[in-house]
Amino acid sequence: MVNAGVADIEVERARSVVSAVPDPEIPVITIADLGVLRGVERRNGIVVVTLTPTYTGCPATLTIRLDVEAALAQAGIDGARVETVLSPAWSTDDITQEGSDKLRAYGIAPPARSTGKAARLFADATISCPRCGSTNSTRISQFGSTPCKALWRCEACREPFDVFKCL
Amino acid sequence: MPDPQLFTFTLGLADDALVLGHRLSEWSGKAPSLEEDIALSNLGLDLIGQARLLYTHAGAIEGRGRDEDQLAYFRDDRAYRNLLIVELPRGDFASTMVRQLMWAAFMHPYYDTMTRSGDAELSGIAGKAVKEMAYHVRYAAEWVIRLGDGTPESRRRVTAALVDLWGYTGEMFEMDGGEQDLVTQRIAPDRSALRPIWDRTLDRVLTQAALPRPKDRYMQSGGRAGRHTEHLGHLLAEMQVLARAHPGAKW
Repeated sequence: MVNAGVADIEVERARSVVSAVPDPEIPVITIADLGVLRGVERRNGIVVVTLTPTYTGCPATLTIRLDVEAALAQAGIDGARVETVLSPAWSTDDITQEGSDKLRAYGIAPPARSTGKAARLFADATISCPRCGSTNSTRISQFGSTPCKALWRCEACREPFDVFKCL
Repeated sequence: MPDPQLFTFTLGLADDALVLGHRLSEWSGKAPSLEEDIALSNLGLDLIGQARLLYTHAGAIEGRGRDEDQLAYFRDDRAYRNLLIVELPRGDFASTMVRQLMWAAFMHPYYDTMTRSGDAELSGIAGKAVKEMAYHVRYAAEWVIRLGDGTPESRRRVTAALVDLWGYTGEMFEMDGGEQDLVTQRIAPDRSALRPIWDRTLDRVLTQAALPRPKDRYMQSGGRAGRHTEHLGHLLAEMQVLARAHPGAKW
């Protein structure tokens, strides 16, 4: 029996455990930083964790789900359920400020804030190099090592770098 | 309650995405450069991801317990509902880029409209897919411009691809009675209403590429009714052989 107004300790523990699960492709950020962790709540007596995918075909989606289930089991939270929702669609705006800072420190330029789909179709945002900070950068390829990244080059320090694509 | 029209409609969209995703995956390891290899694999991955969501939804609508794998691997070509344009062989790089432009320039506004579908799941899938298709339009457009405005050889190839594929674009705007009903119910987007948007995107890219827009002529049709080119059977044979040889296998 959970009394209204009293913090649900198990839910809070589940939240702290799953919030710390790292992204499998970019382990410097957690799934909470990435914004794919949509919620942790108690529903009909059990703990329900809600996730949302980044790209529909991203192979990390299943890995994240398994990692979350493993983290819950390891914390001794029994009978928890992990759900996936599509709406509202994940956007790079869901990445937290802390997540953006961690990405930059790791050498991945964080995504530009989205400005609307028409502008995105044919124009490039200004991207600063995560190493030297110069905005004198060129896109090498719209597609990188994972579905969420593009490949750019800094014209100031001449280093190629990954950019988290704006979605 | 199972809704056969909604099932058939959703299955058609899923088949489109899977078949084109498979065609793009054929470039993995064979594209002209590493960047394009990665790009084409990424595009294919987007489409296969969309197909998985659509198949899962179709299976739930049908209510007979068929999951995404059953729908993808255990139907023959005549049961596939994809449009003909997606099943044609990948051809050369120019041909792959022209098809991707024709396709994405249609599917981007299509999914945009479908975000307002009365079916919550279709609307959710469209919300994801529309963002991905924006990248497909841009990527394919850049290449069509580069090839059209490039060397005599690249121009010759991209022109030939445009002419070859043009006759398969009409089917994108066709709807049968079942789909018309879903349009009336505000579940499916109205394909014919997207013609001006598609024309605008194509004209914009072709003008920049200095390529003439092909003349409209006889349009091929029949994919939604299961009447396919010979190419689909070969594609499915390769795609389905493993699942059929080892039914129920997990990996």
